[in-house]
Amino acid sequence: MSIQEVELIIIGSGPAGYTAAVYAARAGLAPVVLAGSVTAGGALMTTTEVENFPGFVDGVQGPELMESMRAQAERFGARILLDDAVSVDLAGPVKTVRTGSGDTYLARAVILTMGSAYRKIGLADEERLTGHGVSWCATCDGFFFRDQEIVVVGGGDSAMEEALFLTRFASKVTVVHRRDTFRASQIMAQRVLEHPKIDVAWNSEVAGILGTDKVEAVTLRDTVSGVERELSVTGVFVAIGHDPRSELVAGSVDTDADGYVRVAHPSTRTTLDGVFAAGDLVDHTYRQAITAAGTGCAASQDAQHYLAALTDTAPAFDAQEVLA
Amino acid sequence: MSVPIVVTDATFQNDVTDSEIPVVVDIWATWCGPCKQIAPLLDQLAVEYDGRVKIVKLDADQNPATVTAIGVTSIPTLVFYNQGARVDMLIGAHAKPAIAEKMEALLA
Repeated sequence: MSIQEVELIIIGSGPAGYTAAVYAARAGLAPVVLAGSVTAGGALMTTTEVENFPGFVDGVQGPELMESMRAQAERFGARILLDDAVSVDLAGPVKTVRTGSGDTYLARAVILTMGSAYRKIGLADEERLTGHGVSWCATCDGFFFRDQEIVVVGGGDSAMEEALFLTRFASKVTVVHRRDTFRASQIMAQRVLEHPKIDVAWNSEVAGILGTDKVEAVTLRDTVSGVERELSVTGVFVAIGHDPRSELVAGSVDTDADGYVRVAHPSTRTTLDGVFAAGDLVDHTYRQAITAAGTGCAASQDAQHYLAALTDTAPAFDAQEVLA
Repeated sequence: MSVPIVVTDATFQNDVTDSEIPVVVDIWATWCGPCKQIAPLLDQLAVEYDGRVKIVKLDADQNPATVTAIGVTSIPTLVFYNQGARVDMLIGAHAKPAIAEKMEALLA
């Protein structure tokens, strides 16, 4: 257990957090990044090829991209810790962040980049059969479904990517989608529609996941007629979207009805002085690696301006006062 | 044994089910991002529980027999053994305290 005073702490380590760290470190702020004990690198750690990050003509593997961002931030003096923020006190001029390892950081500014978490369908059997046929990580688990029939639930780019990836292993992939068109980008949707191993169950939702010890079938409900049917599958890959991981700061900064942290666009300022937010944590709309990186950069610059203004006016750091 | 040791289909019985102390089997693969994310935690726990609980690593890609026998379809999965019996599982990447809690339960 230790107590450390820092200028800037960044909570989260996807493209937003690491980009903020690169900029802040180059500006000499020696930021501390709480990268997460098991989530370091963020959502891109479970993706395969990223084809649309500018600068990579032939694409780049998600984990490789994140590893490069981390190394780039460290090169300029960012301290990247495999630790979790477990509680925060963000009001007032000195922000307190406590970690899973029991350390406490006192920071003048905080950048929130906790990203988002997979959304669940919300069925009791989904919990029960997780790890026994229900999966949230196609790249991790596709291997276990060689020559088997599976479903991918969802209609966005993530679902398309997972379905296409899973055709390497599965004998047949059925994409289950609630509407009659995909939300996904045209290039991804087209690849799915043209793939010989992929079927689409349009206007369908997963009403049940069946099986005693492992997944044996799903119940699909037609969203128009309400008619239910059973489909024999051994795997269910859920890719129905993400929810912002804002629990840590709920009640301290303003969030919207869906849990996204509110910022004063086009800045990254939250409703608390000295607290900035970026990436998927604030973004309903774009949710791309490059937009997260872009807002991470903006948050870093906003934090730098805030800190620069403080040094002109603020009294010296007084840890005793804060902890008293 | 202060670092996780590698086990295979061939050595599983000797290193895991015949072990005198409890064992945590980390089922992982080279392509699995979250497996790499929890690897440093398991390294730390192997040191902290040295002599009390053994941590071993099983590559799912190389050892299909054991993986099929246990019925693993998601990785990372940690499988907890005590006196040769499978007593618990932890599916997915979890933080260190959650893993340590299950290891403590093995010693209770």
